[in-house]
Amino acid sequence: MNNDSVANILLTTILPGNFVLAMFLGMCPFLGVSQKLSTAVPMGIATAFVILVASVSAYFLNMVLVHFHLEFLSVITFITVIACAVQLVEMFVKKTFPELFRQLGIYLPLITTNCAVLGVALFQTARHYNFAQSLAYSIGGGMGFTLALILMAGVRERMQLSNVPTLVQGAALSVVIGGLLSLSFMGFSGIGGGE
Amino acid sequence: MSTPSSFDEFLDGLWKQNPIFVMVLGMCPTLAVTVSAVNAISMGLATTFVLGTSCLLVSLLRHAIPKQVRIASYIVIIATFVTVVDYAIQAISLDLYEALGAYIKLIVANCILLGRAEAHAAKNPPLPATTNAIGMGLGFTLGLFLIGCVREILGAGKLFGVALFGDHFQPWVVMVLPPGGFFVLGFWLITIAAFRHFNKKRNAQLQGAQP
Repeated sequence: MNNDSVANILLTTILPGNFVLAMFLGMCPFLGVSQKLSTAVPMGIATAFVILVASVSAYFLNMVLVHFHLEFLSVITFITVIACAVQLVEMFVKKTFPELFRQLGIYLPLITTNCAVLGVALFQTARHYNFAQSLAYSIGGGMGFTLALILMAGVRERMQLSNVPTLVQGAALSVVIGGLLSLSFMGFSGIGGGE
Repeated sequence: MSTPSSFDEFLDGLWKQNPIFVMVLGMCPTLAVTVSAVNAISMGLATTFVLGTSCLLVSLLRHAIPKQVRIASYIVIIATFVTVVDYAIQAISLDLYEALGAYIKLIVANCILLGRAEAHAAKNPPLPATTNAIGMGLGFTLGLFLIGCVREILGAGKLFGVALFGDHFQPWVVMVLPPGGFFVLGFWLITIAAFRHFNKKRNAQLQGAQP
């Protein structure tokens, strides 16, 4: 059993144990949807919501699986539930914000294959978190993901104004910026009791 | 039987469309498990196995799966093979299993797998689909290996666990920490972009000189 306090988990997952910058979960949208702040914010919120839904359902699913000794089915059941949650979010966004739906494009259904979502479900199970801890872990993870996405989008908006050599443009530049952000987030280590 | 074309398919994934360096897909495991060369190779081979088998199955079932539920079906197929690999690694080496941790299960969420199933395996007969998938998988392994080597040499002064430098070597701790992963990947992306750039320039010059 894990005894970390709820506040500790929340703080740790937002800052020093940030999903994107310290655990490399959810790199695809981090590199793909971070060109503009106006798409980064809704993408972060949508992903945070899916992470929350996935975490809660994974918690109860895991209880059922453990009860019937079917732990080997965990990956298959988790990913199916996540796919359904993403479908739900997609329909909601399409109905209420059609403009946003067009901007996010392929990256919205791709939340299914966002490692952060499956990662939350798997890590909370591996660490034997109870319900409150899982909730804190998923909310912190979602907030941390949104924060990283917003920071990255802010930096990239500024980078468009500067003169970058052609060789470094594109993915390489984003990765190096990610490295610098990750380096600065290491300064937070120790907050929330540390790992 | 067209051997050259299937060999082309194989090379495609290995170099021309390398999933890491050209398509920039599957970044989570790329950065998370490449702390040492051994981890990198085992992760790459595990992914190659899942990629090969799931693409074979997707390709065999391509006429049976209805279009509306294809993504869900692909994911369930992939998740099945990932579970197989997960338990196989646990049985082969517990140390390796602990080093790779939840990232083995996270192969499910690797974009390369779903991308290959959707873009290639669903439209091609089993043989080319599998060849292409294995080429992609080995290209992925190559990328992981290159990153893992640099990180292990600089971050620990070792390669495959064998010390390379004398006792005076001060390891660059940052290389085995998360930022190191980003920097090494950035370094390789730039190196390969530069290599391609100069190659293209030279080819253009050669062609210009001929007529």
